[in-house]
Amino acid sequence: METILVLIHTEADGTLAKSALEVLGAAKSIGGSLVVGLIGENVQTAANVIAGCGATKFFGVSGSEFSQARYGTDAAAAEAICRATNAQVVVAPATSRWNRVLAGVSNRLGGRVDTHVTGIAPASGGLTVTRWYYRQRMEAVLERTQRPWLIALEPGCAQAWQGTPGKAAVENVAVTLADEAKRTTVTGVKAPAADQQTIRPDAKLLFVAGAGWTKKQSDGQPHVPEAEKLIIGFLGLTKSSLGSSKSLVDLNGEGQAVLPFMSHLNQIGQTGATPRHPKGLSTCCHGEEPHAVGWRFINERRAINLDPNCGWARGKTDVLYVADAFEVMRKVNELLANGKSS
Amino acid sequence: MSIAYQIVVCGSIVPDPLQTLEPLSGPAGPSLKNEMMLPAVLDPWAWHALFEAAHLAKTAPGSKVWLVSLAPKAKLQQVMMTVAQKVPFELVAIDGSASGFTEAAEVAAILADSIKAIPGLDVSKLLVFGGWESASRGAGVTLQLVGERLGIVNQFQGVDQLKVGADGSLEILERIEGGKHQISKCAGPPAVLGWATGNLSEPPNNPQVGMTNMRSIMPALQKAKAAKIGGDGVTFAGVNLPKQHRDTKIVKDMRADAIAREIVAWISND
Repeated sequence: METILVLIHTEADGTLAKSALEVLGAAKSIGGSLVVGLIGENVQTAANVIAGCGATKFFGVSGSEFSQARYGTDAAAAEAICRATNAQVVVAPATSRWNRVLAGVSNRLGGRVDTHVTGIAPASGGLTVTRWYYRQRMEAVLERTQRPWLIALEPGCAQAWQGTPGKAAVENVAVTLADEAKRTTVTGVKAPAADQQTIRPDAKLLFVAGAGWTKKQSDGQPHVPEAEKLIIGFLGLTKSSLGSSKSLVDLNGEGQAVLPFMSHLNQIGQTGATPRHPKGLSTCCHGEEPHAVGWRFINERRAINLDPNCGWARGKTDVLYVADAFEVMRKVNELLANGKSS
Repeated sequence: MSIAYQIVVCGSIVPDPLQTLEPLSGPAGPSLKNEMMLPAVLDPWAWHALFEAAHLAKTAPGSKVWLVSLAPKAKLQQVMMTVAQKVPFELVAIDGSASGFTEAAEVAAILADSIKAIPGLDVSKLLVFGGWESASRGAGVTLQLVGERLGIVNQFQGVDQLKVGADGSLEILERIEGGKHQISKCAGPPAVLGWATGNLSEPPNNPQVGMTNMRSIMPALQKAKAAKIGGDGVTFAGVNLPKQHRDTKIVKDMRADAIAREIVAWISND
């Protein structure tokens, strides 16, 4: 029976993110002997939250040096915990913090790493993982003989562990940091003002705006200011997350009329994010695969498009409204603002 | 304080994103149908990394950019015809598979050895650039592995901006969750930067740069060493295209206000 290490980090406030609990849920479902490793400024509170998860041991690396998400210290801490546990399989949430270091840690341990994993399952004598290749265009199931095997599980791909908090006995793992590991200092986070933030990973709805919003409309003129007002208005009323097809964010670099709040961070698909939301509404999106791959992990999908044969629509969406998105979204915002849907 | 950087960009080729891709299974593992026939491009995020490298080199006199690329050399030569016209660089070519199904650890070992073999390499001036993920394997691990093999423990992924301070320090913006950027200050090289999109537009073609680059690219391709890369220890149980096809209900001739009511009801329904 292999030892499975769930490797998690605390958030800035000492709590655990949902993705950490999801990894715990996934690890429990594959069997094996479970141990937990935590990294952060102070890990005891977080360990107590998951005290009842069934782990045989809790290991921790804590201290002010480990509050920052930086490669040098995170890699050293993760390496130390992996060595202390001697785990054959290490499962971690695919957060930006772990995605930055897990490969390096695997190299130090002489193991292998698989990232962006969307599923883990027990197999005869081992494990299989599922992940996508060629930018979400093909899905592979694979297994490995190398150990330790580090696996970064994408958020939203497993049921989060739920249980009663308790008191966890955390075994402190000492880490000696070389000066080189501390040459980087995290100085802050740059984020749009709360009312201007358009990316909301936990939103129930993904609103996808395509390049059509910036093109000439039926009167022969583009209406970019109105498009901006409608989209921002809808995001404000629904607290949904904003995605964009590649063509729209690329307009920015091509000197064309753009929606000023749209950046490459909003881009989904080929060279963008692949967000996971329960629902998605695409508007004015055009193009075939592969541009529509960002649409792949949305459960319920609807689209508004003047072209019923668009790649984002037919065969990809549950309902396609063949209509003018400007007109429809104007009415949608009115209804939402008035707080009535019928 | 001005540093003459040695900027090594790691980047390979991928099938043109507009091509239809179909996986095949064989004794050596998965591959793409007609892989050698598919038109190729430089990996999109490595492409951004190359522009950023050239931009930095331009602002730091004495700096130099290398592009280290592991790919079938015939296809790499085709891609270089386009890439060479953009920005000045020296190519280090390795002849081997660019498949997404190869092992990142094996690729990283070859890239790291090739970087170490660059004549006159000074690690204290070294910045290793690349895309934070490829459009083939899409794992985002190769650069970290290369960095570790070169002994570089200041690494950054999802980079959108790099600014050099007056004291030679590097201010780096990395993408983190929720549409935010983490701001870090690194004392200076050596460092590994896996670029996301960055902020630069694609440079226009410059035939003069193209001619200068090609003078070194052709010899580099000719002397490219063959590298055998496989997938030791990995077994693919299957590689499949997603078959999900939805029965789309097409709603035509419905008034905008009726559509709006339906959408609002759908959004509100948990």
